[in-house]
Amino acid sequence: METLKSVQVPVEAFVSSSVSTAPITTRSPRHSVLVRVTHWITALCFLALLVTGIEIVISHPRFYWGETGNVLTTPLFQLPIPSSRRLVPTGYGYVLPDQNGWSRALHFEAAWIAVLTGLLYAISGLLTGHFWKDLLPRRADLSWRALLTSIAKPLRFERPSEEEASSYNVVQRLTYVFVIFVLFPLVIWTGLALSPALISAFPALVTLLGGRQSARTIHFFVSVALVLFLLVHVAMVCLAGFKSRTGAMITGRTATRKEHT
Amino acid sequence: MMDISRRKLILTGLAATAGGSGLAVAARLAQKYGLVPPDHDGIYGLGETLTFASQRLLTRHSLAREFPRSRISPRPFPNELAPLTEDFKRLRAGGFAEWRLSVDGMVAQPESFSISDLKSYPSRSHITELVCEEGWSYIAEWIGVPLSHVLQLVGVHPQARYVVYVSMEPDTWDSIDMADALHPQTFLCYGMNGNELPVAHGGPLRMRLPRQLGYKNIKFITRLTVTDSLKKFGKGVGSAASEAGYAWYVGM
Repeated sequence: METLKSVQVPVEAFVSSSVSTAPITTRSPRHSVLVRVTHWITALCFLALLVTGIEIVISHPRFYWGETGNVLTTPLFQLPIPSSRRLVPTGYGYVLPDQNGWSRALHFEAAWIAVLTGLLYAISGLLTGHFWKDLLPRRADLSWRALLTSIAKPLRFERPSEEEASSYNVVQRLTYVFVIFVLFPLVIWTGLALSPALISAFPALVTLLGGRQSARTIHFFVSVALVLFLLVHVAMVCLAGFKSRTGAMITGRTATRKEHT
Repeated sequence: MMDISRRKLILTGLAATAGGSGLAVAARLAQKYGLVPPDHDGIYGLGETLTFASQRLLTRHSLAREFPRSRISPRPFPNELAPLTEDFKRLRAGGFAEWRLSVDGMVAQPESFSISDLKSYPSRSHITELVCEEGWSYIAEWIGVPLSHVLQLVGVHPQARYVVYVSMEPDTWDSIDMADALHPQTFLCYGMNGNELPVAHGGPLRMRLPRQLGYKNIKFITRLTVTDSLKKFGKGVGSAASEAGYAWYVGM
């Protein structure tokens, strides 16, 4: 709604005149209301899923491949951390307190909220053209030169220019598309594949992944990939200017930097 | 601007009213069709209810995956046991001949069964995976009498909604709704991989329902109570596990 409205001039005029002292541009909002709201709900859910996911892994920090696996079978790998269960051989002389009860409850509740939010975002992204306009890489940008520039600039700690900051470059677009259309669906799928009730109705959920333990291991690696994305994402936000970027995701508006006004 | 905001206000009000009454109707329907778990209160109630309701609608009659005999795990992992009670040790010394399973509550004929009584009924088996909430799993053949068979013998009242099952282990009990209680793969299980059910795995009698996680498959079952409400059992949230913060329904 807001995107559509703010394209029309009167609203812009109203905004800039009512807060005349604030350094705001007269462009349309950097992010639509829906993108902003779903972004922060997803961020909160992701934090909850991450913390509780770590707690659940602590109760069995061993990973397997195939259908079955337990402390009497050989793991694919084991995380070098202590466990909250006495019978897991960790090499540590102590057992951590059990946090699985609330962790599991919060994990699934946050997953529900994240998935419903994601659905809302996906449907509106299709309807408003957000995906085509803002996220799919433009054909002209799909060149090695453009890719390399987009990667090299932040590596030299170069701040994006004013013009660049109003949109996403090709590497950002490819990353967001990968996270939204590959990692998110995969982490949801591998999570659902762990439900004994759901796979009784839809066995392909788990057989396509090569078995229950494979699904759990993939769920873990996709989560690690999402954490890496989060770290780079936050690093890039800091590089581009934490206040203005975060502000844009909260208020929707991009405050221009002092040196440019 | 005033017009827009007034229209917005009215629309928002209408939407909120519609949404609110929609939710109320949904809640009534969910309650009526048994889609609300006993641990629906509190901050995690939303998640628990969404999971239970959606899986009840999607999986009411589905069967857990069964595996060929060749897939049976050579070394099934028996999880940690609490120290065995003196009563249990005494019964074990007698070869569990004195073990009784009593069935009471909303039944026509309260009854008490020995293990050999249970073994005299048609025996069923399935080769299914036991899945622990911690993440590990194994496949075994589980042998027993379907819980539905025993419930049929005692004659369950039509208003019954749950079966509460109690272990000989102190403070260990749980409950399932009738959809799970009457499910063909839900067993009173007394055998495993062609043998007696080992004590480490819950012998002489454990509940086995392969569409829920391991902790729902309680060991050392001595009592079943059929009921229409879980309110009067413990703190009213359906199981000792949910009193300790673990979900009541763990089809997950």
